[in-house]
Amino acid sequence: MKSTGREKLVWTLISIAVLVYALFPVASIFATSFKAPGDLTNGNFLPTPGLATLDNYEQILVGDAQGLFLTALWNSIGISLIATFIAVVLATLCAYAIARLDFPGKKVILTTALAVSIFPVISIVTPLFNLWRNIGLYDTWLGLIIPYLSLTLPISIWTLAAFFRQIPWELEQAAQVDGATTWQAFRKAIVPLAAPGVFTTAIIAFFIAWNDFVYGISLTSTEAARPVPAALAFFTGASQFESPTGAISAAAIIVTIPVVLLVLLFQRQIVSGLTQGAVKG
Amino acid sequence: MKTNGRNDDYSDRAKSERRLGWMLAGPAFIIMLAVTLYPILQAFFDSLFAFRLTAPDERQFILFQNYVTILSDPVWWRDLLVTLLITVVTVAVELVLGFALALVMHRALKAVRGWLRTAILVPYGIITVVSAYAWFYAFDISSGYVNSWFNWVPGIDQDLNWFAQASTALPVIMASEIWKTTPFISLLLLAGLAQVPDELTEAAKVDGATWWEQMRKVIIPNMKAAIMVAVLFRALDAFRIFDNVFIMTNGQYGTEVLSLLAYRTSISRLEIGLGSAVSVLLFACVLLISFVAIKVFKVDLAGSTGGKR
Repeated sequence: MKSTGREKLVWTLISIAVLVYALFPVASIFATSFKAPGDLTNGNFLPTPGLATLDNYEQILVGDAQGLFLTALWNSIGISLIATFIAVVLATLCAYAIARLDFPGKKVILTTALAVSIFPVISIVTPLFNLWRNIGLYDTWLGLIIPYLSLTLPISIWTLAAFFRQIPWELEQAAQVDGATTWQAFRKAIVPLAAPGVFTTAIIAFFIAWNDFVYGISLTSTEAARPVPAALAFFTGASQFESPTGAISAAAIIVTIPVVLLVLLFQRQIVSGLTQGAVKG
Repeated sequence: MKTNGRNDDYSDRAKSERRLGWMLAGPAFIIMLAVTLYPILQAFFDSLFAFRLTAPDERQFILFQNYVTILSDPVWWRDLLVTLLITVVTVAVELVLGFALALVMHRALKAVRGWLRTAILVPYGIITVVSAYAWFYAFDISSGYVNSWFNWVPGIDQDLNWFAQASTALPVIMASEIWKTTPFISLLLLAGLAQVPDELTEAAKVDGATWWEQMRKVIIPNMKAAIMVAVLFRALDAFRIFDNVFIMTNGQYGTEVLSLLAYRTSISRLEIGLGSAVSVLLFACVLLISFVAIKVFKVDLAGSTGGKR
């Protein structure tokens, strides 16, 4: 395909349109995060020059709202990472068995994963809310990590099973023929091929845990375990008389930065992981 | 190495492979059952009782009375209608928009392809709550800029409070849902596009088919499976919408959806029995949608699937 001048122009315009579509809401909340309280209500997109301020960031990082925001951030990072780690380890074993071994019930496992992923989260929340209060898991990290597995496990199993099916397992046998032990063959021939898929799955699972809101607001009540999305929704600001718009915007930008970085760095892997798990199954 | 039945060639090796298979896959399988099957059974059990957490001693078995209460309440039907409206509109718009984005990514010049895919992935990665706030603040009557930007549009002026009535709040809620989840559907469709054999499109071109004819006769029919799966998954996902509504209106002014009704009944009002019944009904709706989709549209879920949240 030759790219003529006109074609280039058309693609530039299309690309700009897509970029605006994808990034405008982010830009919008980014602009709001620099507005001073008095500057919020004038109906402008950008903060008034001269009034732009870092106060909102200061408030949530070192100021009054620090305790609220930083604890929530720590909860989110910890809970999401642990839930991702458990899901990826279990899903790796499971997907390996599905792709590599012959045993009855493979289809049952994959169908279960599918059924779990279409489950309405809110339907699980009510009984868990009640149960967690009775056994003391309410408002704890573990009380969120367990239900998060219902979000992270199914997609991890599907994505990894799809990924592992494409690995040429004959390599393993070839290595064994060449004199490697079973473990050596597995480690040298299979692990390098499987690692990118496991890594991709981990990123996708982490996004999903990081995004949770329903469990976060229903199964926590204090800073002990409340993750960022829930904390944002219940954030009331430093003063009762000031709406916390600026502070929430600043917090929103801070939790968005790691996501955007991950997307920038691993765009190719995320796309292939999502679509492999999704369409090729 | 597939053997049938318990005859002699059912070797030790096959047996040990079966055992190993279940040892490796079992933990994940058991956890999935424990975190979903158990709670839904518990919810069904709880739904048979009149049970408020504020008055635990008055717990009383009432069979299906909770279901009767809910189904005879106009609130349930209004919320169901709102949820279905959001589902139908967002999925329809996302399908068209997602397909357009997929075509753009598929045909884009090499130089911009990576950039476009990265940009399109950004909404997918962003927390729904953050996206909800971004849209909320943009439209909000005090902190928003939408009213002053679009005051030339009839019906929009400085005093329009978007979140004070369903007719204006729902479009904003849907817009934020569409923005956030279109990337997912467009990636699925992109994968579907990539599977359409080039020879078919080329042959159609040689035969003098217009762009639209190629789409309608060659490309779309060959992507049917991908489209069905994308639509079903998004529909189930949209039907469970919660975050956007919670942030923007908290279900006020006739914008409440079913997930919010379940949340409000059980978590806010501590009506465990009634709330559990709402949860079970919501679950039944999701099952019904999947069942209809699989039967009527013949979506082969076991062969191809995905998931977002």
